[in-house]
Amino acid sequence: MSKRTVEISVATPGTDAQGNPLRVPIPASPADVDPELGGEHLLINIGPQHPATHGVLRLVVELEGETVVRVIPHVGYLHSGFEKLGEYRHYNQIVPLTDRTDYLAPMSNNVGVVLAAEKLMGIEITPRCEVLRVIACEMSRIISHMVWLGTTSIDLGAFTPFLWAFQQRERIYNLQEMWTGARLTTSLTRVGGLLADVPDKFVTDLRTFTETFPDTLDEIDRVLTRNAVWVGRTQNIGVLTAEEAINYSLSGPMLRASGVAWDLRKDKPYLGYENYDFDVPVGEHGDVYDRFLVRLEECYQSNKILKQALERLPDGPINVDDPRVILPPKSRAMNDMEAMIYHFKQVMEGVKAPVGEAYAGIENPKGELGNYFVSDGTAKPVRWRIRPPAFINLASISKMAEGHLLSDLIAINASVDIVMGEVDR
Amino acid sequence: MNPSANALQATFGNAIGRVIDARGETIVYVSPAKVRDVLVWLKGTAGQDYNYLVDVTAVEYRDRERPLEVVWNLRSLASRQDLRIKVELDPRGELAVPSVVDLWAGANWLEREVYDMFGVTFTGHPDLRRILMWETYAEGYPLRKDFPLRGRFSRSEQVRQALNVNPEGHYSMEELAIADAYDELPRDMRDRLARGERDKIPNSE
Repeated sequence: MSKRTVEISVATPGTDAQGNPLRVPIPASPADVDPELGGEHLLINIGPQHPATHGVLRLVVELEGETVVRVIPHVGYLHSGFEKLGEYRHYNQIVPLTDRTDYLAPMSNNVGVVLAAEKLMGIEITPRCEVLRVIACEMSRIISHMVWLGTTSIDLGAFTPFLWAFQQRERIYNLQEMWTGARLTTSLTRVGGLLADVPDKFVTDLRTFTETFPDTLDEIDRVLTRNAVWVGRTQNIGVLTAEEAINYSLSGPMLRASGVAWDLRKDKPYLGYENYDFDVPVGEHGDVYDRFLVRLEECYQSNKILKQALERLPDGPINVDDPRVILPPKSRAMNDMEAMIYHFKQVMEGVKAPVGEAYAGIENPKGELGNYFVSDGTAKPVRWRIRPPAFINLASISKMAEGHLLSDLIAINASVDIVMGEVDR
Repeated sequence: MNPSANALQATFGNAIGRVIDARGETIVYVSPAKVRDVLVWLKGTAGQDYNYLVDVTAVEYRDRERPLEVVWNLRSLASRQDLRIKVELDPRGELAVPSVVDLWAGANWLEREVYDMFGVTFTGHPDLRRILMWETYAEGYPLRKDFPLRGRFSRSEQVRQALNVNPEGHYSMEELAIADAYDELPRDMRDRLARGERDKIPNSE
């Protein structure tokens, strides 16, 4: 492992005499443990109701002294059978289910699921809808990363960044409420368009947000990045090399922190992301600290994308001009025979998809969110598969935590950025 | 069309079935006997380099005559190519395909989920247990088409079983062995654990 040089801004030195980061030494093997103190392995159970597991995750941990020998994760406590439910619903009726998977970034999930449905049906969305969906995705990324930053800093003993982060998240929630009427269960998208256009005040309010939000990021950066406690508790913890990260199918910030420059927005662009100017932060060491740096920088980049999207937001319709896909306005449905028939057919029969299948992956805050639809030609999918980034990232926790201290397990678990709604679906 | 599809046909011949190219996605059907060789080849061969496993899942159609499909979504990070490999299994026969956990560690939980939801066995998987449903779940495989949306058991039976769950059942034998706790359990509890009755409390029937 290469040596890290991080300037520490407080009086406590961040490195010991040999230049290694300050942290409690870990016995390299059970043989190093004083035989008088060593003994039976201890079994402890963390969760499913525990604040540091970020939801109903249960970890059964085998300890040798304070060193983690083995972690056996148990998931499924929040299993809701969304994929099964989706087989009994029209494509538009699936959108509300996606609010409840990764409930820290609902708008981004909404976009992901309709992109797959539109790929299946061969629908081209309008330019205004495309830019608004980019805004929705990047707003989601910011609130998801803010929750991650806040809760992780609490796990590691820093309470102040949590308050700052949640204050900013609240501002985005207000914008989401303004746009969709809901703060959490947004159900923003429809196949071929959106639930609603943004209200008049939205653009100015979001612009104000993008101008002031980086101040909070700077503050978080000042208080954490060179903080001796933070550095000592995150550096060289839970290291995964680039090969391991790829082998474990990690995605999102977890993959990039290990030094793999892979971002679907750059490498398999959707929603016109290739036309935006932004950077993809990539870590070097693959530890908890690098995951923090990657996520922090992604917030700056998302803010940059939001600014560009607001600049270029074109006028025009938000929905495609196809009465088989998009509901007619209510006034026409009540007064015009043809519009009423279309309304009736859509509500009763749903939007039909051709026979075939489609997979659409988007870069969600947690990683690659894939939606895979298989259709037999009816209005309800035969199979709806969510490729859950948090579930797949969490699978590497045993590999990361073994050999570390119990308190480091909490930091590692936090660094995965899980949301159990998505892990268990 | 993904060029790997032609390379697969040239290398594996009859083991490759239909190749579908639609919506920018390439799907290759492979015979179940050869699927592991195909996946090993795709990962290890220079020029293919499908080093990233995006997803493992399964599809069952509403048409009972159609076979159940196991799906591997592969990706080459170097060439940014995606490839979907499918295997068709007769749902009335044995549902088994080889595991690829030794190739991609990320397949571990994905294969467990397919086993949990569809009952497909991945031979060679190091730890093939249910993952989202609990280990003693007795209603079958939820994502199969013959599984009713509300479950096989009545709501009252489901509630009764949930209330009768024994807390000791939350640890597997392997986990109890860690703490040497198994030997310290009361004798009747040990007997019941040994018989696999992990979720029942005596006289609860």
